[in-house]
Amino acid sequence: MKVRFTVNGHAATVEGDAEMRLLDALRDVLHLTGTKEGCGEGECGACTVLLDGLPVNSCLVLAAQAEGREVLTIEGLADGPRLHPIQQAFVDAGAVQCGFCTPGFVMSTYALLRDHPAPSEEEILTALEGNLCRCTGYVRIVDAVKRAAVQLAETRLGEARARARETA
Amino acid sequence: MEKRTTLIGASVPRPDAVDKVRGEARYVDDLAFPGMLHVAVVRSPHPHAKVLSIDASKALGEPDVVCVVTHRDVPGANVVHVIYDDQPALADGVVRYIGEPVALVGAVSRRAARKATLEVRVEYEALPAVTDTRRALESGAPVICVPAAAEGGGNVFNRMVLVKGDVDTGFGQADVVVEGEYETGYQEHAYLEPQGAIAVPDEAGSMAVYASMQCPFYVQGAVAKALGLPLAKVRVVQTTTGGAFGGKEDVPSQIATLAALVAWTARRPAKLVLDRGEDVLTTSKRHPSRVHYRTGAKADGTITAIDVDVVLDAGAYQTLSSAVLWRSLVTAAGPYRVPNVHVVARSVATNTVPNGAFRGFGSPQVIFPHESQMDRIAERLGLDRAEVRRRNVLRPGDRTSTDHRIEESVGIAETLDRAVVLADWAERLSRVEAFNKTHADRHRGLGISCVLYGVGLGGKAPSLDKAGATMKLEADGSVTVAVGTVEMGQGLSTAILQVASEALGIPMERVHLAPMDTSRVPDGGPTVASRGTMMAALAVLDAARKLRERVVAVAREVGIPDAAAAERWSEIARAFWTRNVDPAVEGWAKTEPVSWDPTTGLGDAYPVYAFATHVAEVEVDLATGEAHVVDFAAAHDSGTILNRALAAGQVEGGIAQGLGFALSESIPQKEGRLVVNGLTTYRLPTIRDVPLNARVDFVEAAFPAGPFGMKGIGEVPLMAAHAAVARAVAHAMGRDPARYPLDPPYVRELLSASA
Repeated sequence: MKVRFTVNGHAATVEGDAEMRLLDALRDVLHLTGTKEGCGEGECGACTVLLDGLPVNSCLVLAAQAEGREVLTIEGLADGPRLHPIQQAFVDAGAVQCGFCTPGFVMSTYALLRDHPAPSEEEILTALEGNLCRCTGYVRIVDAVKRAAVQLAETRLGEARARARETA
Repeated sequence: MEKRTTLIGASVPRPDAVDKVRGEARYVDDLAFPGMLHVAVVRSPHPHAKVLSIDASKALGEPDVVCVVTHRDVPGANVVHVIYDDQPALADGVVRYIGEPVALVGAVSRRAARKATLEVRVEYEALPAVTDTRRALESGAPVICVPAAAEGGGNVFNRMVLVKGDVDTGFGQADVVVEGEYETGYQEHAYLEPQGAIAVPDEAGSMAVYASMQCPFYVQGAVAKALGLPLAKVRVVQTTTGGAFGGKEDVPSQIATLAALVAWTARRPAKLVLDRGEDVLTTSKRHPSRVHYRTGAKADGTITAIDVDVVLDAGAYQTLSSAVLWRSLVTAAGPYRVPNVHVVARSVATNTVPNGAFRGFGSPQVIFPHESQMDRIAERLGLDRAEVRRRNVLRPGDRTSTDHRIEESVGIAETLDRAVVLADWAERLSRVEAFNKTHADRHRGLGISCVLYGVGLGGKAPSLDKAGATMKLEADGSVTVAVGTVEMGQGLSTAILQVASEALGIPMERVHLAPMDTSRVPDGGPTVASRGTMMAALAVLDAARKLRERVVAVAREVGIPDAAAAERWSEIARAFWTRNVDPAVEGWAKTEPVSWDPTTGLGDAYPVYAFATHVAEVEVDLATGEAHVVDFAAAHDSGTILNRALAAGQVEGGIAQGLGFALSESIPQKEGRLVVNGLTTYRLPTIRDVPLNARVDFVEAAFPAGPFGMKGIGEVPLMAAHAAVARAVAHAMGRDPARYPLDPPYVRELLSASA
């Protein structure tokens, strides 16, 4: 069975059997090992990726279900050596300890902030309640999300100002 | 003590976080080697049985299967080497718990390996199983463990006693005596990264092991023993480790041994990574416990005596139980001054999965009791719960329950005072009371908990309390450092970079910490007992002192004044290279010898103690029995804090694990079978369950022999948190719980009993 989809903006073709999960396609075939398997049963969220923009547990999605769709993984966020503002916020806030849950949290945060650029605490909790962390007690993860929201807003504001200057 | 300047205590962001947020950090399952096989384990379905025969012929005929390994294929000693060597690597004749490894399949894919395990035919003959400690202790109970490992006789692995003063006299002086029976169950580590190891046959008949672990030197010893190789031919490299919490102290010795047996047999690299269900069902957990606790106190609240009986369920093999039990023994009195102490502690064998290390290491099982007792004494005497603790906590110059006179770095009273302020204790108590008067459906409660933790291995394993480091000045002025304890998420690598850069007087960016590799540093003991950072930092300071001496000498030779050494560091490094000066140094550290008498349980149990006080506020739904933590304050004395953000992160994470232990985490066990299905039925705290408003502070009673005055922190937060939460629920209910977890069914049961 051949499955074709887009990963981080690039076309990918994956060959495997019908049981292959999207997680296996990413990790074992495409060697995108940033997406982690923490439980394989959709409980921990370490394997979170965006499928057509929506966060999914890639251990609960068959590779075949990704046919023709767009997948965004943790490897698709940074701009070369420059971290994405969400990644930078996780570093700065001290939201990373062992790091195994981190890619999943970053991807869930990415989806959250795209839809809710200035999330309430309740919206943050709703977006992240499917991701488990055993190290941090979540305190600094929530802080990272708030920092990232501010940073992204400043970036947008800066871009808007730049555009305004160009038009002026 | 070393002079501290800018870097010590600073909340420097972790350099390793960058790889981790990018998804580029390499955990064991992210690695592959050419020709690598995948290993799957054939496990016992019986709690106790004879193994009559193993027939692998059908499995060997399956596509992609390369080998099946049984005990007959073990080239060295068929043991998982930990302390007693009672556990076979692969069952030989008898299985003693459900999940015990019987055979291994090596195949070219993980799926093929797992599928083929179903085709390995094992014939068993069931033996009588003993699956709870009460039954195991009955006279006439069948002995189900390896008799040589049962030093206590029968099914008792170990029996330890601590006697100080005379408890009869002590109880005679008491105005009140409080007695209670307390039970705790399994707690699963649930590190997000499951256990895993890759064994790679290497040059000259040696074996390299890459694994997720806390104790590379334990793994080196275990693999060498099972393969019959000298230690020098086993090289262990720690891969980025996705959480451990004690769960990767001894278990990786088993995982790596199994991977190495397949690699050895097939002469190919072999990877064993457990899936979550397998990990939860077959690896060590916190020992379930039963503790009987009797406390006597005078009318002013001063404790006069304690008499404690501890029983830990060790499971089928010794693993680390003797060490865990020792900590239960010497921690039973908590951070309190108790003149008359009697403690008996037993670890008991059952036909269940062997239990091992888990953050706190035998202490949470006695902390829930000692803090419950403290509250009950306060209640009987009409004293404030913080005040009764204040009257009993250890002060400098006091003697611990093991009769250890402690003079320095005794900050428990300060943590108590600080936590009371952080929580606004008295004011919050009246708010809670007012809340409860006006709410019929929900009640709030406030709990307080004080703990003591002996840092390091102390009197139980003094020969492990050491550490090595290597330091190399590169020709461009960068510095490569290696230490023998590991980063597992707690932040050791960052703290070590801070310490090295502080000690050398150069920016942190110039210092690089090499990956942990047993061929690079001497055996410096395990990364456990909240000792990892403290010991490695001491070794790094020793190395840095030696390198500095050479730097000063070379600088003089080339005419660079001492004051300019930092700015002209690169020039000095270049001069090392051009003048053929040895640029490599080794550092070494060991703790002061402790004196401890195993017959009385008395002596200087540990080189130093860490302390903490936590205050939790909970809200309990009186109809559903659900308890939720609504406020939290934590004050710690871990000596000087090397990195405040990292230390606070340890505390916040420990609070979450502690509240999980108290409120939701448990695994029922029925006839040796753990009733759990991965993380679906094991309820870990989520982002909605934790106090995001937790206030954390440090009182920093410096430890003069520690690096810049620091001592350990890792385990202490969990230890203090669970009891504060449990006692807060007790306060809200007006009932004393006798067991964990305080989940909704148990809270409802307690509430209906009080009606």
